[in-house]
Amino acid sequence: MNDFIFAAAFYGLAGMTILSAAGVVFLKDIVHSALMLALSFIGVAGLYVLLNADFLAAVQILVYGGAVAILIAFGVMLTRRRNMKESNPNNRWVIYASFVSAAFFAICGWALMGTDFKPVGQQVNPEAAVEGLASLLLGDYVVAFESAAVLLLVALVGAIILAKGAKEA
Amino acid sequence: MTIGLTHFLLLGTALFCLGLYGLLSKRNAIAILMGIELMLNAVNINLIAFNKYVAAGSYTGQVFSVFVIVVAAAEVAVGLALVLAIYKDRLSTNVDDLDWLKW
Repeated sequence: MNDFIFAAAFYGLAGMTILSAAGVVFLKDIVHSALMLALSFIGVAGLYVLLNADFLAAVQILVYGGAVAILIAFGVMLTRRRNMKESNPNNRWVIYASFVSAAFFAICGWALMGTDFKPVGQQVNPEAAVEGLASLLLGDYVVAFESAAVLLLVALVGAIILAKGAKEA
Repeated sequence: MTIGLTHFLLLGTALFCLGLYGLLSKRNAIAILMGIELMLNAVNINLIAFNKYVAAGSYTGQVFSVFVIVVAAAEVAVGLALVLAIYKDRLSTNVDDLDWLKW
């Protein structure tokens, strides 16, 4: 029964994620694409919950479902198009693009089906994900953690300067 | 049928390929950024699925996806600022118009 609930949740969330991702790339109106992108991020957050990554699910909803979706919506609104109905056109290489994506999916899927992934290391019952993440982030990965903080600060300042111009900002 | 690692990896591959299609086939720079975001999400799904099914008990995969999220947030902020700066200059977000370096 538990397996059945897990499978039902997986297929529901996976269908929602894939369908809204398909909406992002196939819809003609870019505003609809932006909304579909937010829906797809929420579906991915649900999948993180299924994978015992509850902290990352919260981060996904906050950062992607909130910040990135809003940023992209603002980007769409600030770069106004005359005709919104046809605001997300394909370029002239769309046939090659679909061929490359389909071939990549086929090759990766074939490789995945043929591989037997064996668990490594000792399989202990995980503690709460936040505690394990915190001790890794502030222990083994503290230098990378601090660099990521600096990267975010630099990206923030850089984005303001790029968007406003160095004189005004 | 139980859901295993392969299901999550196939889902990640499908999401990655949709993002790749958007990245390669779109004319609007913002639509291209959306494709990149989809691809980064697919990578995160893969990392976390491997963390659960292959290396249970460690959190290295989740730590890596935290860094992927950080870099993706920085990337989308700078990318959209670039798009806005180009739009102010050219009144266009069509990447086919951005050919100043071509001669």
